[in-house]
Amino acid sequence: MNLPIVIIGAGQAGLQAAEAIRTEGWQGDVILLGDEPHAPYHRPPLSKAYLSGESSAEQLTMRGPDALARKQITLRTGIRVERIDRAERTLHFSHGSSLPYHRLVLATGARTRQLAGADLQGVFALRTLDDATRIAQALEAADSIAVIGGGFIGLEFAAIARKKGKSVTVIEAADRLMARAVSAQISEIYARLHTERGVSLRLGSGVSGFVSANGAVSGVTLSDGSIISADLVVVGVGVIPNQELADAAGVICESGVIVDSSGRTSDPFIFACGDCTATRLADGRLRRLESVQNAIEQAKACAATIMGKERPFSAAPWFWSDQYDVKLQMVGTSADHDLSVIRGDVATYKCSIFYFRDTTLIGLDSLNRPQDHMAGRRLLDQQVFLTPEQAADEGVALAGLLPKQATS
Amino acid sequence: MPKVTYIEPSGNQVTIDVPVGWSLMQAATSNGVEGIEAECGGSCACATCHCYIESHADQVPAAEQGERDMLQNAVAEIRANSRLSCQIKMSENLEGLVVRLPETQI
Repeated sequence: MNLPIVIIGAGQAGLQAAEAIRTEGWQGDVILLGDEPHAPYHRPPLSKAYLSGESSAEQLTMRGPDALARKQITLRTGIRVERIDRAERTLHFSHGSSLPYHRLVLATGARTRQLAGADLQGVFALRTLDDATRIAQALEAADSIAVIGGGFIGLEFAAIARKKGKSVTVIEAADRLMARAVSAQISEIYARLHTERGVSLRLGSGVSGFVSANGAVSGVTLSDGSIISADLVVVGVGVIPNQELADAAGVICESGVIVDSSGRTSDPFIFACGDCTATRLADGRLRRLESVQNAIEQAKACAATIMGKERPFSAAPWFWSDQYDVKLQMVGTSADHDLSVIRGDVATYKCSIFYFRDTTLIGLDSLNRPQDHMAGRRLLDQQVFLTPEQAADEGVALAGLLPKQATS
Repeated sequence: MPKVTYIEPSGNQVTIDVPVGWSLMQAATSNGVEGIEAECGGSCACATCHCYIESHADQVPAAEQGERDMLQNAVAEIRANSRLSCQIKMSENLEGLVVRLPETQI
């Protein structure tokens, strides 16, 4: 029992796994390996409070080195694992040293999808603290901004750039915004919100390349040949799970490291959590969730499994996105719904849309209605029956439909 | 730098220097104070940084509507002095603030 539990990746999932392993009672060493130079930090505020200037980099720190040391978690930053030797249960590093493990947790995250030509000066991805710091510097001097990708990251950035008075064009290949994550109704509401706030939306527009002058970007060429002038471009067209280490070691991967709902991979000594994973659900389908909740809950499930307990992650998925003064909170799913009803007022961006399939509530999206969202999480997790009429009726308190229970 | 004392769920007291402008959550979590989850990182989107303000009641700025709505969904008992620690920014006049953390956040 002298070997450590080693976690590759010091983001939200990796940190949570390290702390959960301690909470579950592991007495041995815990080693947390990060390839970024920073202690674990909150990533969601990068495209929100950090880029808008409300928070400093230090304020994003989840746990400082001293806090980790007190929990006897050894953090090593700026380090990359080159290879996993599964037979020897040993990690090999690029500088030649190696580290044997008792159990290994992969929390390697995901990286941004790149476009050809994106190495021009003035073209940025937004994933890491260093990315956000570079964008923040460039943003001050920029005049016209193009955002490629109308997903959460792109739209949150667009909102910040508009608040700073910049001219902003959002280019999205699909015919609606955030198409992978929200219903067409929500997409439409957000198209109106961004248009009202002065963003120029180019939906259904592919990108064929960049225009440059002296190595710096000056515009984006769309697939119809038109050119959007821009001196700063942020590319937010999704992420690719970092599964290469696992894949090369023969751990089964598809669109992510395949795990069950308890965090097990195909190797009994290796577990995985967070953005690098894809979960095999009970019905055989694969689910990829890129979210804080997934990172936290999968990490806890991994730690429990390692310590011989079984605590699979099964809660309804939730996400949120802050754009301008509108907070979008989503729980469950809107995919394949056959009925939707609205509670509240769409015009003023204070509403929730409830989605039903076969008369059963499957999800809801809330705009500036956190109470609906929080009640919705419990309704879904506890499988409480809700009629569309109740959902639409502001007179029906959602929390009142929940079974009475002790609060702790 | 003003000091804040956090009372962890175990009863253990931790006093730390909190830079002006930082939230009570940021200072607590980055220093490893026990009893705050802060899953959303301070976006007022999760209600897992619930705390009880035990002093300076008249000095702490009142909660905005979004915080009040989220707070009602905190898991532990909600009291008159309940707040979300991510929404309270440190200022000089909060020197010596005492913050109690609940038994559970999730």
